[in-house]
Amino acid sequence: MVKNTLILLLTLGIGLIMYDVYEDFKFQESLPLLGDYYARNAASETGSANLVTAVVVTYRGFDTLGEVSILFLTASIISFMFKYKEEHATKKEYRPASELLISSTQVFTPIMLIVGIYIFANGHLSPGGGFQGGAVIASAFLLMLLANPGMHLSHKIISRVESISGIGFVLAGVAGLVYAGGFLDNTVLSKGEFGHLLSAGLIPIIYIFIGLKVGAELSNIVSTMSHLPKENN
Amino acid sequence: MEQVIIITGILLIILGIFGIIRSRNLVKIVLAFTLFNTGLNILMISIGYIRNAGAPILSQIPGQGEIPNIVDPVPQALVLTAIVIGLGVTALMLAYVLKLYQDKGTLDINSFKDLKW
Repeated sequence: MVKNTLILLLTLGIGLIMYDVYEDFKFQESLPLLGDYYARNAASETGSANLVTAVVVTYRGFDTLGEVSILFLTASIISFMFKYKEEHATKKEYRPASELLISSTQVFTPIMLIVGIYIFANGHLSPGGGFQGGAVIASAFLLMLLANPGMHLSHKIISRVESISGIGFVLAGVAGLVYAGGFLDNTVLSKGEFGHLLSAGLIPIIYIFIGLKVGAELSNIVSTMSHLPKENN
Repeated sequence: MEQVIIITGILLIILGIFGIIRSRNLVKIVLAFTLFNTGLNILMISIGYIRNAGAPILSQIPGQGEIPNIVDPVPQALVLTAIVIGLGVTALMLAYVLKLYQDKGTLDINSFKDLKW
């Protein structure tokens, strides 16, 4: 009873704080200083039609590098906690998946892979980017694992793809340091024609690396989780 | 009518905090955490909104001194980062929940008393 009252009081208090947020909230009428700079100059400086991508990959590219490492850390901690053991996997019995799931997997997996690649290759033109595309690719692998539960995603290929794309991301950043204005500067390659697929310098290449890396990491998490040994307790 | 998005964000935050405190099931606590996370993201996105402005995707390079009529791209980029980190944190929390379940065979928060004082 006391506990419930305390919880109610705490929620009410947070509601009061949030009411203050609501009261003082005003939609802005014009862009703030930083947003104004990006709106004026980002398109001509980076050649990217999608300004969010320009901010994420070029202006705040270092943050994105940290973000990718956080995801890598998550994937490695999860694989460390649930070590894949060969003897458990061979003994494990799976219930076969339903006909509906198997058939729809055969239809949808290639489409999902293509959509994922489209999303991260067009990150500089349309809403989307490496993280979203990588998540779509990983969900294609999840669907495959659901349809054939005994399937093994090759950890060797996953880790190769992941390390190559991670190194590629850093090398692209260093190339900016050597050949252009600074770390992750995208003007190493020509900016191209605005609004075309091959434009915005290094941004599409970096986003392809991010997409492959995120897809490999999430697929790694999914496949680690799906091969958990059965516990008897 | 424009206030709807802020109200949604605030309600999700309050619901998330309430769920984190009130639930006993560890999986429900993780779910409440993701609600909280989503509410914060919605609130952050709404901070960058500008009346009658479009998405920050341009169809041509703006000329000298011309300001395109778009919303602020900075909060959107921040929220993109926040979503990815939220995903990582949620995955880690679920992995810990799984590990705790393998260890004790229960998901009830009241049966984990090792750190209670």
